[in-house]
Amino acid sequence: MSGKPKLHYINGRGRMETIRWLLAAAGVEFEEVYVETRDDLLRLQNSGVLMFQQVPMVEMDGMKLVQSRAICNYISAKHNLYGKDLKERVLYCINATSALKDHGKDFLVGNQLSRADVQLLEIILMAEEVKPDILAKFPVLQSFKARTSNIPTIKKFLQPGSPRKPPFDEKELPKVLKIFY
Amino acid sequence: RTLFSIFAFQFEEDFIETKEDLEKLRNDGSLLFQQVPMVEMDGMKMVQTRAILSYIAAKHNLYGKDLKERAWIDMYVEGTTDLMGMIMYLPFQTAEVKEKNLALIIERAKNRYFPVYEKALKDHGHDYLVGNKLSWADIHLLEAILMAEECQADILSAFPLLQAFKGRISNIPTIKKFLQPGSQRKPPMDEKSVARVRAIFNF
Repeated sequence: MSGKPKLHYINGRGRMETIRWLLAAAGVEFEEVYVETRDDLLRLQNSGVLMFQQVPMVEMDGMKLVQSRAICNYISAKHNLYGKDLKERVLYCINATSALKDHGKDFLVGNQLSRADVQLLEIILMAEEVKPDILAKFPVLQSFKARTSNIPTIKKFLQPGSPRKPPFDEKELPKVLKIFY
Repeated sequence: RTLFSIFAFQFEEDFIETKEDLEKLRNDGSLLFQQVPMVEMDGMKMVQTRAILSYIAAKHNLYGKDLKERAWIDMYVEGTTDLMGMIMYLPFQTAEVKEKNLALIIERAKNRYFPVYEKALKDHGHDYLVGNKLSWADIHLLEAILMAEECQADILSAFPLLQAFKGRISNIPTIKKFLQPGSQRKPPMDEKSVARVRAIFNF
């Protein structure tokens, strides 16, 4: 037993990608078990390891965690990516540009890296895949993006060969449909 | 509102009745992402239902005693959120779509969601879902049960432990009060409300 978290999902971003980002940002190595066929999913469902018969599922710390939000909450809190108190945690829904501008700091909340920063970077990069100049009017977010991408654990995750998944390839659609429907 | 009820919290409500009401809130800058719900408390204008609920739960010791208990509460709450999310949209659907979705909701409630909570109660034999203590997950489940029963009155017929659970949690004095007429609990949407909501949010 390796003791590393084990991620169960398709080999693609979907609802698991944010979890991959968080684990990577926290410097936690993880394994992945891919659901490639409908039989793979059925096997998981029949074995009783999926609380609501759904993936994502992450095996860690003796638990079989499901529901992406619950999983993200657990990882964030465990690895101190969640702000130091309740009020900081609430601010995780904050508007990024005004937050960064208003308090003039490098991070969205509490002046240290948190899940909000990691998720914001994830969203920025995904949005740029759709529209490369989407940050044109947001200089503060541009420097946020550069700074956050350079954090060593995140920089590593952004390099080829990392567990980061590419954008969805439409050629994969028939295969994914067959798994879930 | 259900979560506030457990504490007999007094809370005020500022209803959005028209599109102009919503515009005013947006123009005030009160809505972080231009959306409601928004709850003003403790010096904050909180938005995003889950963020609001997490804050209230944690502030009032309804979020478990450690990370692992919190993970269980989160998982259970996400399940009931998914179920209630399906039910919430029914009033806005056409008759044909509504009929199909209602059948799906009942099927999911009986086959995917309720078995999980019934089993949890059976396995540990306690009165509450997590940590042998009342938590957000219990309150959320009661709300989901009541909403599901509005879809099918005998939806809990195969779930004896959930029936007992429902009775128990409903009898907690503050919750009992919230379930009585005259409380701030809101009824299911009627046609007039649906029309009004469509006008406010423009869909």
